[in-house]
Amino acid sequence: MSAEPICGADIVIKALVDQGVDVVFGYPGGAVLPIYDSLFKQNALRHILVRQEGGAVHAAEGYARSTGKVGVVLVTSGPGATNAVTGLTDALMDSVPVVCLTGQVPTHLIGNDAFQEADTTGITRPCTKHNYLVKDVNDLARTMHEAFYVAKNGRPGPVVVDLPKDVLFAAGAYSGPEQGRHKSYRPQLQADPARVAEAAALIAAAKRPLFYGGGGIVNSGAEACARFTELVRLADAPCTLTLMGLGALPASDPHFLGMVGMHGLYESNMAMHDCDLMIAVGARFDDRVTGRLNAFAPHSKKIHIDIDPSSINKNVRVDVPLLGDCGTVLADLVAALKAVKAKPDSAARQRWWRQIEAWKARDCLRYDRSRSDVIKPQYAIERLYELTRDRDPYITTEVGQHQMWAAQFFKFEKPYHWMTSGGLGTMGYGLPAALGVQVGHPDALVIDIAGEASILMNIQEMSTIAQYRLPVKAFILNNQYMGMVRQWQELLHGGRYSESYTAALPDFVKLAEAFGAKGLRVEKPAELDDAIRAMIDHPGAVVVDVAVDEMENCFPMIPSGAAHNEMLLGPEDKSGSPVSEEGMVLV
Amino acid sequence: MADTERHTIAVLVDNEPGVLARVIGLFSGRGYNIESLTVAEVDRSNALSRITIVTTGTRMIIEQIKAQLSRLVPVHRVHDLTDEGPFVERELALIKVVGKGDTRIESLRLADVFRARVIDSTTESFVFEMTGSAEKLNAFIALMEPLGLAEVSRTGAVAIARGSGRF
Repeated sequence: MSAEPICGADIVIKALVDQGVDVVFGYPGGAVLPIYDSLFKQNALRHILVRQEGGAVHAAEGYARSTGKVGVVLVTSGPGATNAVTGLTDALMDSVPVVCLTGQVPTHLIGNDAFQEADTTGITRPCTKHNYLVKDVNDLARTMHEAFYVAKNGRPGPVVVDLPKDVLFAAGAYSGPEQGRHKSYRPQLQADPARVAEAAALIAAAKRPLFYGGGGIVNSGAEACARFTELVRLADAPCTLTLMGLGALPASDPHFLGMVGMHGLYESNMAMHDCDLMIAVGARFDDRVTGRLNAFAPHSKKIHIDIDPSSINKNVRVDVPLLGDCGTVLADLVAALKAVKAKPDSAARQRWWRQIEAWKARDCLRYDRSRSDVIKPQYAIERLYELTRDRDPYITTEVGQHQMWAAQFFKFEKPYHWMTSGGLGTMGYGLPAALGVQVGHPDALVIDIAGEASILMNIQEMSTIAQYRLPVKAFILNNQYMGMVRQWQELLHGGRYSESYTAALPDFVKLAEAFGAKGLRVEKPAELDDAIRAMIDHPGAVVVDVAVDEMENCFPMIPSGAAHNEMLLGPEDKSGSPVSEEGMVLV
Repeated sequence: MADTERHTIAVLVDNEPGVLARVIGLFSGRGYNIESLTVAEVDRSNALSRITIVTTGTRMIIEQIKAQLSRLVPVHRVHDLTDEGPFVERELALIKVVGKGDTRIESLRLADVFRARVIDSTTESFVFEMTGSAEKLNAFIALMEPLGLAEVSRTGAVAIARGSGRF
């Protein structure tokens, strides 16, 4: 505690250090110069200079999601803040704890259309969990600590603290993190014990149970993932995970069915449709998961564990809501299930597992493995997984077909190793996110599984990667199309590929070299393994440009507006299942 | 289409900048209806304001509205007065009626029947102040229509639970 008044910028730095922050992703500008000056005079905080503010937020997201800590961003006023908006929205949708400090024009100029002024708190109000405009230096320390408290407690999310320049120069008193608990914000952690007992009884009695785990388990922490795994094994029930939840249960666990949802596995979606009890944990019944709502799991009772009361009964009515922190509730539920005397109906459970085995036998991820002239994108991911699995890699992705193939074919044994933009679907997420992951795990193998269109959206971050000598690997599945756009144009718009082909793509090898990285180009399946090994062996950053089958589509797929049991398993399914009129308007 | 219900919801919030924008942004951003919304500070020492929202929606939407409101960081408590038992709801209106002769006298006579007070008068106008339920206000305003109704200003509903219980 320092009783001596210090300037606002020093308060900001001190608060960050006291919050345990060791790295800040940012970009300087006029309004935040005082903070950059304070940064210059200290050694506790490391600053990573990105090349565009959008990259800073994604980098902070990658850092946060791979370390479990709060990611911190520092940007200037006006364009600095508006460039951060996409990342903030991404962090809000995927519940990533981020504190974003934005500069602001001095308080007496606010509202005057001053140079580089934007109504940052107004713009970011709907895309943050909470935001602050600090007008008095004596509120600054408390607000900084409160921002961290809000970002990481309850359902995590991004928090913006807008800092007028005069406040950064003014002298004020500093107070420590113990002042930073919000005066009334206290998310409920423990669920009602009677409801927990009710849930345990339902699990024990279920004939066709299914666990449906989401990103909330990962957000709750490694301990919550361990409790979730324990519960799944104790209940001896099949388990599916959402895109955000991958890693919450080890992929090698025999209870794991694979991902659920639009491009989830056939067995997962069929099990979701036919189960008689669904135990949703830290998942939010997103439209990508449920398909057509009025046909969603029609025969099931539903238990829903979530810390966010607004996630419960939002899209789907549940029978037993358990409001609380996943880790806490799961621990209680494990204990409650152990206390249940009744034994499950083992004959029914065996029938359920046999049914699941029959669904698995459809081999929904099959693809043409016979081609030796062209690399199938699925094959590329399979090989990447096989050749890197023993190195415990961290995977980020961009958005599109490659993202879905990565989710289908890469296997995650642990949480915190999979960073992807799920809710917002932000192309350009993967490269800066990988940069952030690498900063948090300097010695780890970090791979951005990318598409050639997405990676160009934040390709400038190659320069950041070069500056800090981060050995990030970008593994591009290059089909020259915005593949998912092209796939939907095939499905919904008569194959009219309007603007989904990228002419004049860069030479990614030269591009890599221009940024001081190693560039590799692969065109034949036979060359793939060597390229992946070369990528791993190179001590610095690598871009691998993998030319893949341009027309390959991502299956299985629940067409928009369809139900789980109306999946398309491959291109041959397409003609018989036109998309409904209601489905056409869905995104 | 499921049945829509009308609910009066009272929300206790920190009286801080932007809190009303947060609540209104929630309603506009998520497509909920607002029939009326009133706000004023009610506890100066703790800097708390009370927002009264009258909204309509299906049961599921109403539940969502309450859940979404309660997860806003500056929101302390959310009470669905409609669900939680008997409550009283009142609204205040200022109504300007312009006219001469018989219509002017008739407006005054009706105001008396409705227990509206005259708070401003010229030889050719009245401003009536009236408190009551929205229905009562609507009825009076409709009656004033042919009598020279010129302007209406309404507060929107404020509401409080009956009985000795506290928020």
